[in-house]
Amino acid sequence: MLVSLYRYNPETDNAPYMQDIELDIPKGKDLMVLDILNLLKEKDPSIAYRRSCREGVCGSDGMNMNGKNGLGCITPMSEVVKHDKLVLRPLPGLPVIRDLVVDMSIFYKQYESIQPYLINDEPAPAIERLQSPEDREKLDGLYECILCACCSTACPSFWWNPDKFVGPAGLLQAYRFLADTRDTAQAERLSNLDDPFSVFRCRGIMNCVSVCPKGLNPTRAIGHIRNLLLQRAT
Amino acid sequence: MANIKTISYDAIVIGGGGAGMRAALQLTQSGVNTACVTKVFPTRSHTVSAQGGITCAIASADPNDDWRWHMYDTVKGSDYIADQDAVEYMCSVGPQAVFELEHMGLPFSRTEQGRIYQRPFGGQSKGPDDPTQAARTCAAADRTGHALLHTLYQANLKGGTTFLNEWYAVDLVKNSKNDVVGVVAIEIETGEVAYIKSKATVLATGGAGRIYASTTNALINTGDGIGMALRAGFPMQDMEMWQFHPTGIYGAGTLVTEGCRGEGGYLINSEGERFMERYAPNAKDLAGRDVVARAMVVEILEGRGCGPEKDHVLLKLDHLGEETLNLRLPGICELSRTFAHVDPVKEPVPVVPTCHYMMGGIPTTVGGQALSQDENGKDVVIEGLFACGEAACVSVHGANRLGGNSLLDLVVFGRAAGLYIEERLRDGFETTAATDAEIERSMARLKRLNNAREGESVAEVRKDLQNCMQLYFGVFRDGDSMAEGLKKLDAIGERVRNTRLTDTSQAFNTARIEALELDNLYEVAYATAISAFERKESRGAHARNDFTERDDENWLKHSVYFPLEKRLGKRDVNFAPKTVDTFQPKVRTY
Repeated sequence: MLVSLYRYNPETDNAPYMQDIELDIPKGKDLMVLDILNLLKEKDPSIAYRRSCREGVCGSDGMNMNGKNGLGCITPMSEVVKHDKLVLRPLPGLPVIRDLVVDMSIFYKQYESIQPYLINDEPAPAIERLQSPEDREKLDGLYECILCACCSTACPSFWWNPDKFVGPAGLLQAYRFLADTRDTAQAERLSNLDDPFSVFRCRGIMNCVSVCPKGLNPTRAIGHIRNLLLQRAT
Repeated sequence: MANIKTISYDAIVIGGGGAGMRAALQLTQSGVNTACVTKVFPTRSHTVSAQGGITCAIASADPNDDWRWHMYDTVKGSDYIADQDAVEYMCSVGPQAVFELEHMGLPFSRTEQGRIYQRPFGGQSKGPDDPTQAARTCAAADRTGHALLHTLYQANLKGGTTFLNEWYAVDLVKNSKNDVVGVVAIEIETGEVAYIKSKATVLATGGAGRIYASTTNALINTGDGIGMALRAGFPMQDMEMWQFHPTGIYGAGTLVTEGCRGEGGYLINSEGERFMERYAPNAKDLAGRDVVARAMVVEILEGRGCGPEKDHVLLKLDHLGEETLNLRLPGICELSRTFAHVDPVKEPVPVVPTCHYMMGGIPTTVGGQALSQDENGKDVVIEGLFACGEAACVSVHGANRLGGNSLLDLVVFGRAAGLYIEERLRDGFETTAATDAEIERSMARLKRLNNAREGESVAEVRKDLQNCMQLYFGVFRDGDSMAEGLKKLDAIGERVRNTRLTDTSQAFNTARIEALELDNLYEVAYATAISAFERKESRGAHARNDFTERDDENWLKHSVYFPLEKRLGKRDVNFAPKTVDTFQPKVRTY
């Protein structure tokens, strides 16, 4: 199989380039893309990428594989390799530090901007705060986000305004706290989002939904935030 | 000063997993100038992979639940070498620590009463007199570790904790009195090396499952804190005690939670027999993990394994129904489809015992204070050094950890370390500064590597090390074969000290990090091997073919490995809890 790998080392390369590497894949094995990178790195230790859990829960190895964002560790070859070729690039739209490693600062900054923590001004009880299973269920499909950035870096609105549009990952978490019955800061949270960019730059093209490796739906969450903002305005 | 940048804090926490972030949160909230130094962005830490839950007597599933019953289960699970004062502290403070997590926003699953959902886990009873299966493990579906880690990160953002993300700690810095006064670390993105000076250094670097070829652990679990402490000459406790989790997915090693069996799943062999009924008639599939893992290996060795190679068994879940599986075990369904290519709704999951957890580590007090021994075998404090979580051995797990106790350990003792350090600093704790030469000494390893153009391939040596540990120091152990394993380890050690670094660039050089990690893996592996060879009995996770019985006369003790002499000593187990009667050692049956 041919792996075409995005390479860039700021100390030695004037510009990024694609390195084509032939790789023998052990017969009968449907390796994950991360396994392939690990095989390549055994031969060439200078290849740089992030990885940790290797089971799709830590969000380290978001990358662009044959044109689509996803996690290398849970993307099998059978799903992504076309015509015996695999093209691996860093997540699009973020500055590249080296090879597949991108600078995620602006992504994290947007996450922080939505106050991603429970706010509750009332004194905490001696035990847990009670929440019905129905109210808890409202958090399903929201809290599972792993901050891999596959969604936000697949979003043209985020590419265009990464400093002003919160992006699908941040907005999914914004809604996770808006939807939490234990949170008392809904009004403040909505005020923070009430501008032409933070939420409304989403054009509903659902790239985020199609790439999310956890099967989450940021577009739907953004829709709920829009509704809350509109209700508030009227 | 040495020829590198110095950054100063009152306290630093090495590691941004559950223990590290709980300690950092405690310190930051009490106004201590603290930095959390972590080699990956905090939410990429291995705590994220914990699934089933956090065991704690919060009396939701059973209003009469009692932390003393949890304590009893934990002591029994440990095969009686957990320190009873530490277990008492964990189980009694636990509810408060769990409620704090809920108040921070952790999205626990709920009961109809709105309380935290608790599920049954292995080794849980209703006390010494009632072996009824308890349901004591608080869960957020089967993603409790993810929910916990993200909640702690969020709480730290709210609290304003300083994070040095993607910084790799290389070695401890010691002053003339042998006190720890910080670390030398690399900022991975730039390659810049700095001395991070601190009065209190907390090692919360997690486990080292990567010493084995087959492990549920993340690729980052390379025992960096253990390696650093051993190189600094500090002892390790109970390093022979490694937990093999019964249900790692066959082939991939990824974990499927014990909660699967808690929710009603069970193991079957090639004859379709629920074999745990033979090994643990009462608790069956929810016996201690060591018991279940050994039973599985015996089934496989006696020819009742499944598959063409007869080398695994099956975890049956389909009888639970699609609705329960989707509600309670959604992550497991996902992992099984991805890594085992089976849908648990329809077919059983192929599983095999897989290295999961390091019960041993840096001996500490309840407050996280790292300990050594003087020449008379008396505990002495290592000034400036603290540890919590999997890297520490406080010890609440002894020879075998109960499921759901690792998450409780890391929040309770992360918090306790924070509280204790704050108190020490408030009392005006000061250390003597390290000299340039002392800082330089902590850079020796890095310097050797940076100049090693020729030598061994890191990937190859690592693979040989992992295979050696798997083969000679696995679920069942034997003196002769361990002696052979030790010889091989000696040879591998020569190669570890002679690894090469062909890529000398500064920016995000992961080849350099992996080479440094290999040194740590080796330190952990060697400590494990000596400890396993010297403990001549079977207890908990340490099962020997040549010493098949538990030997309370000689080994109702912690083992303590001294790296400079490569010698194994012993340390007394604490049998003096403060508020309850001692749980006396008994024959351990389930």
